[in-house]
Amino acid sequence: MRSAEDFDSAWEQARRDKRRTLAAGGAIVAALFAVSAWRSELDPVRLAEGLPGIVDYLRQTIPALRSAADLREWFWGLDRWLLLLAETLAIAFLATLLGTAVAALLSFSAARNLARSRWERTLTRRALELARTVPVLVFALIFVVAFGGGPLAGVLALAVHSAGSLGKLFSEVNENAGMGPVDSLRATGAGWAQTARYAVLPQSLPSFLSYSMLRFEINVRSASVIGFVGVGGIGQELYYAIRQFLYHDVGAILALIVLTVTAIDLVGEKLRGLVSDGGAIAP
Amino acid sequence: MLGDRHGELRLEGLGKTFGAVKAVDDVSLEIDSGEMVGVIGASGAGKSTLLKLINRLIEPDDGSVTCGPLDVSDLRGKALLEWRADCAMIFQHFNLVERLDAATNVLLGRLRRSPSWLSLVGWFSREDRLRAARALERVELLDFGLQRAGRLSGGQQQRVAIARALVQEPRILLADEPVSALDPRSAAAVMELLHKINREDDITVLANLHDLELARRYCDRIVAMRAGRVVFDGSPGRLDAAAIERLYRREGDAPPAAADWTDARKTTVA
Repeated sequence: MRSAEDFDSAWEQARRDKRRTLAAGGAIVAALFAVSAWRSELDPVRLAEGLPGIVDYLRQTIPALRSAADLREWFWGLDRWLLLLAETLAIAFLATLLGTAVAALLSFSAARNLARSRWERTLTRRALELARTVPVLVFALIFVVAFGGGPLAGVLALAVHSAGSLGKLFSEVNENAGMGPVDSLRATGAGWAQTARYAVLPQSLPSFLSYSMLRFEINVRSASVIGFVGVGGIGQELYYAIRQFLYHDVGAILALIVLTVTAIDLVGEKLRGLVSDGGAIAP
Repeated sequence: MLGDRHGELRLEGLGKTFGAVKAVDDVSLEIDSGEMVGVIGASGAGKSTLLKLINRLIEPDDGSVTCGPLDVSDLRGKALLEWRADCAMIFQHFNLVERLDAATNVLLGRLRRSPSWLSLVGWFSREDRLRAARALERVELLDFGLQRAGRLSGGQQQRVAIARALVQEPRILLADEPVSALDPRSAAAVMELLHKINREDDITVLANLHDLELARRYCDRIVAMRAGRVVFDGSPGRLDAAAIERLYRREGDAPPAAADWTDARKTTVA
């Protein structure tokens, strides 16, 4: 390259190549969109016609509220529902805790920059994929068959799925960690696990916590859904209300679930503040 | 002094406090257009804060900055962004966008002069691209233009940063510890380059430097800071053995630093 003009044409060529790659990627996404839209019968006309139906259904789930007595009547089963909701929360909490622990342990082996061998990394990643791609409902059914109905099956099913998805996210967080501390700890003679614990974990922990809180919210919702296959909790009650066309009960239970998730989000924000920069809890 | 093409840069009673520490304390300086000034002093003496007060990456608590008729402390919105484009900055750790190639990093220096909706979709005029290529040529890195910035050596990255500063066509170049992270040879090359830019383009250069020898060799004027205050201001010639001795003795002294610390606490609590 002799002159600025020569450089500019080479640069322009490089930019053109990049644009071509981008366009190719865009074309693939557009094609996939077209096929998916066709297969799932995504039809704008049907969408537009169906929208009022959604509003109608939702309106039926909320009774006319003119007084406190109306509100009391709407939430007639509050005591029982809160108990069931607590059960669902317990399922979700245990599952998140177990899933996070397993994910955190495996995330270092699954990280490209930390795994000690290609085998270790590949094996861990495939296991994590298996754990998260099998639908939770399938795991729940398997565990119901193995351990009988009840919350235990729900906890296990959600824990396996959580470990799978969190493991992938955590490993990517680890891959983004700065390698400077890793080098300096290895130079002190620290072992692999010690290096992971002291060089990478302190960098990754705030993100681990963020993802776990998000997963907890998702698990509260999922724990409600898998109640449908008989693992207890508020989900079983919601399923019953939907099947019996008890619209007002459906609305009341949904409102409780939404309030719970909001509460989790608010608490989570506080927790994250404690761990991230300048927070009180050192990892 | 090369005359008053853009007017002088004038700092008056400039001050900035972080928590209990007075990082910059009542600093007044007049810098003529075209000067090359080395700011020396220990870490924590307030050199970095001083530079960032000039391009308003940090807002001052007290005092003012003016450049000719322009009152920098007063600038808002677009006018402030124009001012930042006019006084380019380079950093100790280069601060390039490591995932973009070197040439694109240089091109980013044109952002303020490009229509934002076009630059956001990646379009830059041929004129700007040529300007970037010529800047790379000038820092002798044209052959590395298509490499990712993160792959270049430290000295090369700093030269890319200087090329980016050049395409801003600035009046002033603020260099915050530009050679502290470099080996002596790369450091000398970067200082040569800054000196050349100062002479050939008539760009005022303000460089924070750790290395007293580099400051003496390349700068017309030396400003020494300690605990946020200017303790020496003059030509390298006036920085004689006695002055250096005084400077180092003061910097090495623990008691005055501790006294300053308690002073700063009192003033901020009160």
